[in-house]
Amino acid sequence: MSYKVTEEGNISTVHLDGEIDMDVTEKAKEIIMPLIEAKKEVHLNLKEVQYMDSSGISVLIESHQKATELGTKVVLKEISKSVLKVIMMAKLEQILNLD
Amino acid sequence: MNVAIKSITEQRDFVVSSSSLKEVRSFSREVFEKVNINQDLKDELVLAIAEAAQNIVKHAYQGEDTDDKMEIKISLENGQLEIGFFDKGRPVEEKNVRHRKIDDIKPGGLGTFFIQQIMDAVVFKEGEKPWINHLVLTKNLNS
Repeated sequence: MSYKVTEEGNISTVHLDGEIDMDVTEKAKEIIMPLIEAKKEVHLNLKEVQYMDSSGISVLIESHQKATELGTKVVLKEISKSVLKVIMMAKLEQILNLD
Repeated sequence: MNVAIKSITEQRDFVVSSSSLKEVRSFSREVFEKVNINQDLKDELVLAIAEAAQNIVKHAYQGEDTDDKMEIKISLENGQLEIGFFDKGRPVEEKNVRHRKIDDIKPGGLGTFFIQQIMDAVVFKEGEKPWINHLVLTKNLNS
């Protein structure tokens, strides 16, 4: 997994790239959580994520819950087909902010 | 569904580690490339296999560092797919393996839910020596 973060006003966009599994979830959290804790609105661009498993979904849930707790939000952008399928399998399409 | 290859049996060993999950997926993709099923189903089967392997790392070994190997065996016979997982971790009791309630939104506990959604049957067996656990996932690819 690789990533790039861009900032615009109070919005931080994290562009994730590659496959997100148990082996990289800690790294993903290290990137995303400090932005949420800084009360940024975090956009996760998932266009280039070709694979995500239950560990990756857990990162999305954890990020969403932390953001809600801190009064901000995480928005999932340009979700790839394979990631959307897993989100729907987990029945999270109504819970997470999908754009 | 027309499953082009009538019979396939492939197995591979992997070190029990989260860093092996990528190799597990590559192995699974290689095997399913030989089978005439649609890409969506291939992706689902790869996810189920990776989730089961992840459960071995997370639960049978509780994330501990080990040199132990796990074995994954993919067999297809007349459209009946059977995937076996063998490990030497802590004995898994089937009654303790359950996914969380899907409307209870919290991180974790989704892997088993995905496996059950994708496969027709999930059976835990006692492994024959030297194995401790033997998990069998099955799916009829003809339906």
